[in-house]
Amino acid sequence: MEAQKLQKKVSVSIKINGKVYTADVEPRLLLVHFIRDVAGLTGTHIGCDTSNCGACTVLLNGKSLKSCTMFAVQANGAEILTIEGLAKDGELHPIQKAFWENHGLQCGYCTPGMIMQAYWLLQNNPNPTEEDVRKGISGNLCRCTGYQNIVKSILAAAKEMRGR
Amino acid sequence: MLRKEDPRLVTGTGSFTADIKLPGMVYVRFVRSPYAHAKIKSIDTSKAKALKGVVAVFIAKDVKLNPVPTAWTIPNADLKIPKYYPLAVDKVRYVGDPVAVVVAEDPYTARDAAELVEVEYEPLPAVVEQEEAVKPGAPQLYDEVPNNVAFTWRLSGGNVDAAFASADVVVKHKFVNQRLQPTAMETRAVVAEYNASTDSYTVWITSQNPHVHRLLFSAILGVPEHKLRVIAPDVGGGFGSKITVYGDEALVVYLSKLVRKPVYWWEERSENYHSSTHGRDHVEYVELAAKSDGTITGLRVKVYANLGAYLSTAAPGVPTYLFALMLSGCYKIPNIQAEVVGVLTNTSPVDAYRGAGRPEASYLLERMVDLLSRRLGKDPVEIRLKNFIQKDEMPYTVATGLTYDSGDYAAALKKALEIVGYEKLREEQKRRRNAEKLLGIGISSYIEVCGLGPSKAVRGTGFGLGLWESATVRMHPSGKVSVYTGSSPHGQGEETTFAQIVSYELGVPVEDVEIIHGDTAMIPFGMGTYGSRTTPVGGGAIALACRELVAKGAKIAAHLLDTRVENVVFDAGRGAYLVRDNPQRSVSIQEVAIASYQADRLPPGVEPGFEATKFYDPENFVFPYGTHICVVEVDAQTGQVEIKRYVAVDDCGVHINPMLVEGQVHGGVVQGLGQAMLEHSVYDKSGTLITASLNEYAIPTSVESPKIESHFIYTPSPHNPLGVKGVGETGTIASAQAYVNAVVDALSHLGVQDIQMPLTPERVWRAIHRS
Repeated sequence: MEAQKLQKKVSVSIKINGKVYTADVEPRLLLVHFIRDVAGLTGTHIGCDTSNCGACTVLLNGKSLKSCTMFAVQANGAEILTIEGLAKDGELHPIQKAFWENHGLQCGYCTPGMIMQAYWLLQNNPNPTEEDVRKGISGNLCRCTGYQNIVKSILAAAKEMRGR
Repeated sequence: MLRKEDPRLVTGTGSFTADIKLPGMVYVRFVRSPYAHAKIKSIDTSKAKALKGVVAVFIAKDVKLNPVPTAWTIPNADLKIPKYYPLAVDKVRYVGDPVAVVVAEDPYTARDAAELVEVEYEPLPAVVEQEEAVKPGAPQLYDEVPNNVAFTWRLSGGNVDAAFASADVVVKHKFVNQRLQPTAMETRAVVAEYNASTDSYTVWITSQNPHVHRLLFSAILGVPEHKLRVIAPDVGGGFGSKITVYGDEALVVYLSKLVRKPVYWWEERSENYHSSTHGRDHVEYVELAAKSDGTITGLRVKVYANLGAYLSTAAPGVPTYLFALMLSGCYKIPNIQAEVVGVLTNTSPVDAYRGAGRPEASYLLERMVDLLSRRLGKDPVEIRLKNFIQKDEMPYTVATGLTYDSGDYAAALKKALEIVGYEKLREEQKRRRNAEKLLGIGISSYIEVCGLGPSKAVRGTGFGLGLWESATVRMHPSGKVSVYTGSSPHGQGEETTFAQIVSYELGVPVEDVEIIHGDTAMIPFGMGTYGSRTTPVGGGAIALACRELVAKGAKIAAHLLDTRVENVVFDAGRGAYLVRDNPQRSVSIQEVAIASYQADRLPPGVEPGFEATKFYDPENFVFPYGTHICVVEVDAQTGQVEIKRYVAVDDCGVHINPMLVEGQVHGGVVQGLGQAMLEHSVYDKSGTLITASLNEYAIPTSVESPKIESHFIYTPSPHNPLGVKGVGETGTIASAQAYVNAVVDALSHLGVQDIQMPLTPERVWRAIHRS
């Protein structure tokens, strides 16, 4: 009975990829569940329950965030960017294009989180070294690629983005 | 050639099982045992059922299901298969064993309700280690499996006793190939929908082999096979853990009929670590016999394989056939004997994990070769070159009974040595023998058996079905091509590779080819993706289907060109049939396709339609091989190890998409290094899984993973239709021992002979200080 009392719903409004989603949610609803199940944006994935894997990485008010570590109520009023918000008018973002061109993904499950983390990394450091990249994505786990082509993709994207 | 899979995956518009939403869907949560071994005294589901939003709660007596089958029943091993049900009946045997299942309107309520299920347990003593479990007086998991011994399997070639009796030197060592957790980034999930009007089920599931899931679900549920449709949508990695047909998955399917609503189950990571299959877990006693000149004359191996609390789908075959058949490695070892005891313990079930038996074999072999070279005071390169099977001796039948079809092991080793600059490294190592940072060079010359596999051979090992693969290649009237493959890739990229094969064989643009996989309703029976078989066997089937289609087209083309079929030649480059002595006269394959559907200008004996179906049963396995060399720097003060270089020279035959081949090498190598450096699935004595989250179970991140210098030799497989060998598991089969050999090599002057994986800094430090 106690568990149900605590879960009296709260209204939240969260802007994701430019669109506002408003819903009544339990305070304990994880932000990643809000993104996937309330907003229906299933590109953001869940790979663990201890915030180690980074598959749930999104940008919240401009900073990368593992969305499994925040409750939806904490993100009330925030602006979020997910993988679905990167491509513009059907044209891939340079990071997405670089992952494609450099075989930076295999099963694709870690990929949205990896790309969002890369997006934030390059925003803060447009000319990273390989070591910078490896450190910068060390909170995003991949089991398929061995990371080598992910690093290659991010460095390629950085080069292209500097050229623009 | 870039991947066709990527546009959806880089935009987050892929469709993984957990992404599927059906109207009216309800959510499933399992109640799992917190005890490793206990009797179930009572289960009270009343509070759970009373919670608002709960649809139903079930325990074993509410669901009439058959035991979960073990599909690889190895012969001549006194195999005992205990009955294991999707929900525990009177006893639980591992932490994570399902005891009850809750269905609720939302996933959070399902969790709340699961916590309200009250189970009264009577804990029993547990046993988690295989050598402990076979001792008299150990806790018994099943009455029908005395001493927890599920099987005792033997293999023998030559005369091992004679070899050891006449040996100049015998090297003995105990290895522990430690238990691992596969950790695909996507955990398991099942969405199931029951259709009452047709009495049939549609299931979306994270499977590496949907038809195998369908067949075994049919057995567990007692539902006719043709009433089940199983679909593997985008699957986020498997590495063997999604081959298994699990009881909990079958139960979810069944729930869709019980509750008459679509059901959704998703496994969270800690649940995955408890109830999805683990890998490896061998205790190995190894003896090597050799002459003083370094010639290896015999190998004797006794293995205790931990299988966990029940026999998973393929479990009996992994530490037996898939392990011992490769105990000759790249070497001429005329006398080999293996005895493998399969042991049940109160731990999670163990089954195939990337490499499945072959990493265990090549690890012990390559470590023993290094130990032998140390004992004889010889360079490990010299011992390898001395014992290699030579290129001109192929095909070569080894003492275990396999026939290697092709390969040049010495060439791979020499190439790797040259690329890494071996001589210079040895000089530098000498200079640094007393430095703070010690240099070590580790060599791993591996070979493996994959492209599973020729059905006669495979069935001889007790595997439930043959390991052929199916393909239907259909050209539509408009000239586009649909390919229905029984393979089930989950990251390996065959939507692209297979399209390339079709494009090459039929002369059609890659954009015009669609590869359909994973849906049992659309595809003739397929055996799925594992054992590095997708491109050799799945791709082989597609190539053969294309060639049969081309042959049919030739008859139609000849008729259209008003000539004899012997006069017609298919030019794949042009995608057209030409008249041999008058190549200006031609007709495109698309024109032939339309003619086949118009069917008014077909030669006698040729049916309308333009498609071909092939079931390809390979005549042999394929045997990729290579040499990997790992160069490490060991900090003698802290035990920390840094990989300075990692060179991989691999021969996997013909490459259809070189970029994807290299990607498999990268991923495979890093997974093997994970075992060597970081990973260990640990149970405490009470059977609690300590490494139950990614906080405790460390898989490699971008920081630990080295840059891999990947090189290739190309020896086409002589029997494969495309000349292809597999490459999905070679990296994992090669890398762990390359790393360990390197670290041990760095410390050899201190008398260090071996360090147990994972080589944590603490273990390395202790090895330095113990010596």
